Amino acid sequence: MTAMLPSVAGTAFKPAHFSALQAETTKPGFIEVHAENYMGDGGLPHAQLTALRAEHALSLHGVGLSIGSESRDLDRDHLQRLRKLCDRYQPDSFSEHLAWSSHGGVFLNDLLPLPYTDATLLRVIDHVAQTQDMLGRRILLENPATYLQFAASTIPETEFLGEIAARTGCGLLLDVTNVQVACTNRDEDPAAYLTRFPLQHVGEIHLAGHHAAKDRHGMPLLIDDHGSSVSARVWQLYESVIARIGPRPTLVEWDTDVPDWSVLVAEATRAQAILNRGAGKAEAA
Amino acid sequence: MQAAFTAALLDAGHAPPPGLHAADTTERFAVYRNNVVSGLIRALASGFPAVEAIVGAEFFSALAACFVRAAPPTSPVLLDYGAALPDFIAGFAPAAELPYLPDVARLELAYTRAFHAADAVPLATDTLRRLPPERVASLRLQLHPSLQILRARHPVATIWAMNTGRAPLNEIADWSAQDVLVLRPQLAVDVIPLAPGEATFLETLQAGGTLGEAASTALDAAAAFGLGPALAALFIRGAVIAVETSEQDEE
Repeated sequence: MTAMLPSVAGTAFKPAHFSALQAETTKPGFIEVHAENYMGDGGLPHAQLTALRAEHALSLHGVGLSIGSESRDLDRDHLQRLRKLCDRYQPDSFSEHLAWSSHGGVFLNDLLPLPYTDATLLRVIDHVAQTQDMLGRRILLENPATYLQFAASTIPETEFLGEIAARTGCGLLLDVTNVQVACTNRDEDPAAYLTRFPLQHVGEIHLAGHHAAKDRHGMPLLIDDHGSSVSARVWQLYESVIARIGPRPTLVEWDTDVPDWSVLVAEATRAQAILNRGAGKAEAA
Repeated sequence: MQAAFTAALLDAGHAPPPGLHAADTTERFAVYRNNVVSGLIRALASGFPAVEAIVGAEFFSALAACFVRAAPPTSPVLLDYGAALPDFIAGFAPAAELPYLPDVARLELAYTRAFHAADAVPLATDTLRRLPPERVASLRLQLHPSLQILRARHPVATIWAMNTGRAPLNEIADWSAQDVLVLRPQLAVDVIPLAPGEATFLETLQAGGTLGEAASTALDAAAAFGLGPALAALFIRGAVIAVETSEQDEE
């Protein structure tokens, strides 16, 4: 059994918050960083992460592996870099996304959607297995925020994720904001999606702010920009999940227009209150 | 599917790839296109803040968008994305009236590389006093892995300092070429204008030359070059991580 994050609220770490975090008397339950920001050889990023790792549970969150890529093999160089980071920092969790971000040697720096078919399912299962073999650990796979669907898709996303977890032994990172965004964008009820989600595999939960717009036909178009506080609807969906499965490690993400440290602490405190209320709830099998 | 998707992401004139299903495919696909291009523009802006300050955010975004489409990243590690930006700027016609801009971009690239370079502990300055004087000319110095030398046709360190809030914005009275040392002895990156001959001196050392060879090439480049002050400055700046005696001297 690999290490696990504690089932409490954690905080995303940004370098600008280093001093504030070090001065904090109540430490966050864990910190999460993007793996790709620590792939330089040395200097300040590693000095900060080394200092933080000594005192905090750590979640390493990858944003560049392209697990949903069409190509047969994942980028071996990138897997090696991830391996090196995991060996160095021994994170309590490593997670990545059900998405692709590289094609034909070009890195697109976004989490792009894939059709859900029997063929793509086998490909992703193979890619998750390659990752777990290389890292020597179980990973968590995150549900994506999507803006459109593929006519070729034949498998519902919840079933697709459940199959990957069942067949690779990986866990799932449930991003509740992504559920709200993707479901609204395809005119599906997020609560209904969550009743079908394979919650027994959830090893971490993400929450974040999103941008709400309308398209030119007046249909809602939600954009996952991690640039504001978590919406009331997402808090409500999150609380319903915790009420069903009990506490899980929970992170509030904030990546654009990053506010003061105190704002991130307030969001984490709100998540922790919900976790406390859910503490008596039976764990899902 | 991913080939068509990729092509359409990087070319705004391209129709969305076939096989998509959404309320409005064009508008929804544009969200991805915007995420890709604006995310990469943000990545470039964080690595080239002085270039952005000089040209303004709007011009920088337009410049960076052209660069992103011409040279998208080839690695998921974006820390060194933009290595080709200085040359791109040099050939970017709308920026032609700012001939110093490519040099500023080169300096910022060197700064980022130094920031992420491998760690190494500089030798203490008293090491210099313990070097046997009769053998100084045959010594080779191992320089810090973050060390880079930039030869600019413009006063680039001054322009950079003024456009990153490190120095007040002022007229530059002495507009002349500047050699610059970029170095990160501990965690902070230093940007230091060099005296005449010092760049040649450092380049010879970096290429594995002895101190004697480095001093000689530096003197050829600048008659005012002095080995003593240049060597002392190297140790004071934290640029030296090891002293190697040549094999002949080992006997």
